Amino acid sequence: MQGNQAMSEGAIYAGAKFFAGYPITPSSEIAEECSKVMLKIGGVYMQMEDEIASIAAVIGASLAGAKAFTATSGPGFSLMQENLGLAVMGEVPCVVIDVQRRGPSTGLSTKPAQGDIMQLRWGRHGDQSVIALCPATVSECFFMTVKAFNFAEKFRVPVIMAPDEIIGHMRENFSLPTPGEVEVIDRKKPSGSPENYLPFAADKDGVAPLASYGSDYVFHVSSSMHGPDGCSNNDPANAAWRVAQLHRKIEMHRDEIVITKTFSAEDAEILLIAFGATTRSSRAAALELRKRGVRAGVLQLITLWPFADKEVASLGGRAKTVIVPEMNYGGQMAGEVQKVLGGGADIRRVNSYNGEIITPQDILKAIR
Amino acid sequence: MKENQKRYEVILAGSGGQGLVLSGIMLGEAAILEGKVVVQTQSYGIASRGGLSLAEVIIDQEEIIYQQVQEPDIILTLTEEALEKYIPYAEQQVVIFYDTTLAKARTGACLTGYPFTRIASDLGNLGSVNILSLGAMIAKIPMVKKESLVRVIQKRFKGKALEMNLQALETGTDLIRKGEQTW
Repeated sequence: MQGNQAMSEGAIYAGAKFFAGYPITPSSEIAEECSKVMLKIGGVYMQMEDEIASIAAVIGASLAGAKAFTATSGPGFSLMQENLGLAVMGEVPCVVIDVQRRGPSTGLSTKPAQGDIMQLRWGRHGDQSVIALCPATVSECFFMTVKAFNFAEKFRVPVIMAPDEIIGHMRENFSLPTPGEVEVIDRKKPSGSPENYLPFAADKDGVAPLASYGSDYVFHVSSSMHGPDGCSNNDPANAAWRVAQLHRKIEMHRDEIVITKTFSAEDAEILLIAFGATTRSSRAAALELRKRGVRAGVLQLITLWPFADKEVASLGGRAKTVIVPEMNYGGQMAGEVQKVLGGGADIRRVNSYNGEIITPQDILKAIR
Repeated sequence: MKENQKRYEVILAGSGGQGLVLSGIMLGEAAILEGKVVVQTQSYGIASRGGLSLAEVIIDQEEIIYQQVQEPDIILTLTEEALEKYIPYAEQQVVIFYDTTLAKARTGACLTGYPFTRIASDLGNLGSVNILSLGAMIAKIPMVKKESLVRVIQKRFKGKALEMNLQALETGTDLIRKGEQTW
């Protein structure tokens, strides 16, 4: 099965019933798959006129009660930012798949990159927070898409899946799990009377129950600052509470959201910190180093945002050298690693930005 | 050639539209039918027809960590551009099959030319060049059993297309097995 197909299957397994999108390489197979499957499962596939409309339709469908998603790549992901901000502010569960290709702009449409790392986190204006996941295998494409929907529904937040082109287009052995085998989470629904429903009054877990448009619960969702009832509220105390709540509902569940994997990292004096396809190059490089008697290991970041600061601090703090290979020019993730480990740490960046993957040999060259 | 080889790495290179990604997928599916672990990747440009296009397949009995081919066992090149790119591997004793219909003939111990495209065309289906050359490759290096590929073809194609592709596979394997020089 292909990575892109596994993400479509993961979405459907998680209960997605709505896909709106504008096909773009290297994500098109997701739209293609959904165009075939959605009708069969009683869902909706909408071919939109552009990516702005795609994310708008996804937000509308989600507020109407459906688990909804879209898939795109860099140029389309840029167009989606404004409405993604609305989804953050309106606390609308949704999943966006950004299969990363080499930019800037339309760049090299068929070639891989990991250049959207900071855009995933900061693409929207105005001090907000989202969740971003990045798979490195076809199996992770499936399971992490299910996770993405679970996080979106549980925390009422947009979740972005951000594989690179290699992982989106790669095929590997994979058999779909049977229904019930993997946990699927649905959003909290209100149980009180519709008259007293407050769509933005967060429970102790930081998240308010979400009713569906078209139900007895009539409510207002606004991108502007709002109170617990969803209506406009410009009180500074309310604004402070709202902004903090949008961040805190993710921060307080940080340990549940941050997913990492390690490969012989416990005793590593050379620690490779990687995500997406470069995880595989890093694992191969670490194995080669172990053969040479060097204690090398890999910390794979599956959750890119929120950043795995504790894991990086713990393993990176013990290592003599940390290497961060990534398919971008400046080392977007390496900067985050540096923030955690401090200016004195030996952090080496291995970057490719020519549309080609980083090989294990490229990584080995960083170690003299 | 090692009969009990555990891992095979294959490159299928040519031009967009020759069906090489599809033959990579089919080779992978055949290996999966035999219980193997497979990774298939691809690389191509923005054109749906033309431009260098390639598929890579790794077949192993255990987890494949790095997904790209590093030590190919066999390379198929269906265009001059693809052959030029991979010809240095011939010096490393890697078997290279190339298409004499579309690339200039070369000499070299590991370089074997067949007019794959012309034979496919003579069979009445230019589009089956991918399966024809795949047949030749598995006859040369037993990465998968022919029967497994037959099963994959039967699953993917129906009617006339099925018939033509099975014939292409047979013709491709015969090229190696019988060493026929009938063209």
